[in-house]
Amino acid sequence: MRTVKFKFQVSAQSIHSMFGWLVWRDLILAWRRRADVLATGFFFVIVVSLFPLGIGPERETLRTIAPGVVWVAALLASMLSLGRVFGNDYEDGTLEQLLLTPQSTYLIVLGKIMAHWLVSELPLVVIAPLLGLQFGLSQNSLAIVFVSLLLGTPVLSLIGSIGAALTLGLRAANVLVALLVLPLYIPVLIFGAGAVSAAVSGVSPQPYLLLLGATLVLTLVFAPWATSAALKISVE
Amino acid sequence: MLEAIDLGCTRGDRRLFTGLNFSLGRGELIELRGANGSGKTSLLRIICGLASPAEGEVRWQGKSIRSLGEEYSGSVAYLAHQNGVKDELSAIENLRIACGVSGNALSRSEAQAILGSVGLARQQNLPARSLSAGQKRRVALARLVASPASVWILDEVLTSLDDAAIQFSRRFIGDHLSNGGLAIIATHQALALTANRVQRIELSGAV
Repeated sequence: MRTVKFKFQVSAQSIHSMFGWLVWRDLILAWRRRADVLATGFFFVIVVSLFPLGIGPERETLRTIAPGVVWVAALLASMLSLGRVFGNDYEDGTLEQLLLTPQSTYLIVLGKIMAHWLVSELPLVVIAPLLGLQFGLSQNSLAIVFVSLLLGTPVLSLIGSIGAALTLGLRAANVLVALLVLPLYIPVLIFGAGAVSAAVSGVSPQPYLLLLGATLVLTLVFAPWATSAALKISVE
Repeated sequence: MLEAIDLGCTRGDRRLFTGLNFSLGRGELIELRGANGSGKTSLLRIICGLASPAEGEVRWQGKSIRSLGEEYSGSVAYLAHQNGVKDELSAIENLRIACGVSGNALSRSEAQAILGSVGLARQQNLPARSLSAGQKRRVALARLVASPASVWILDEVLTSLDDAAIQFSRRFIGDHLSNGGLAIIATHQALALTANRVQRIELSGAV
């Protein structure tokens, strides 16, 4: 009797490596479908660049609207990519296989969100300060654009994953995701744009950044859990 | 030991089956039969824990699979209708990643050996997009063979496989059973497998 073959122990190390494989998998897949990823980035660049073109070169106006424009564009761009978080895996049956791994759904979801953030959100964080130049933002404000997006975009991925999981396999999922998720993005928008506005008007953005950080910690704990529950319902 | 106790399943307002009981021990096989739409896939998904039954429960080693969670899903390998093969990845990447994600990382040479045993030695580096339906099924079979799971749940395992592939699938399932594994197989074809005990469950559709 070769019972040993079926003794399957899940050690801390194997959990670590399962998580690593999952993130690695999503990064490779994103690389193989890089057109999708680039489209999100281009969307962000174009939306942000349309405003200075439409409004004209008035320095003061541009400077006042910059925080809102950058943040709203980031919100919309991150919405665009939400369908990809679970959609492709759902269609080809790999999501079911993932749910049947000896890894908790919480960690699977966390891994997928992390990969989504690295692929779809991190590029926005990096280009945003460059785009901020078009609005005549000072160096200090550009730094705050970067920091606030760095803290805020993971929250967008985390909250967005709940909507993505709930609308999995539905028709018009994209529209539904927008309706579900955009209202939940409001606190992030307020804190994020608030931080940049504060920096632009010469006030300390610290309180806003702290609030963003707190939102990040809160969603990091609860969102994957809500997403796991939603996924289980959608797969059934 | 895998047990089903008074399982019932409804789709919409239609009852697919009710009061379904079985128990499956080491080296035993269940052949699940029934017309299209009689609830074979629904039953298999319930046994995997992907869906929950309308009534009754599934127990693994005496405990409900709901309470076991990942502890149970680690001992199940499910070959669904959909292969769960990523088009963007090559055959070998598909296999190594699927195993890595399940905590059963394979080295390149181990993965090559397994792909060789399902007859994909020459196609291992081709993206799955360019493989035929049968070859994709073989990639899914390779994942099954590589998995350390003791419960194999197979949905129409022989779909789109050619004669040679049907032969080695039979051999893999036979080996699994003789090593003390459990298998539940939904099928339309006769499998002609030898096991410690073969049970046949016929789903009649409407109850």
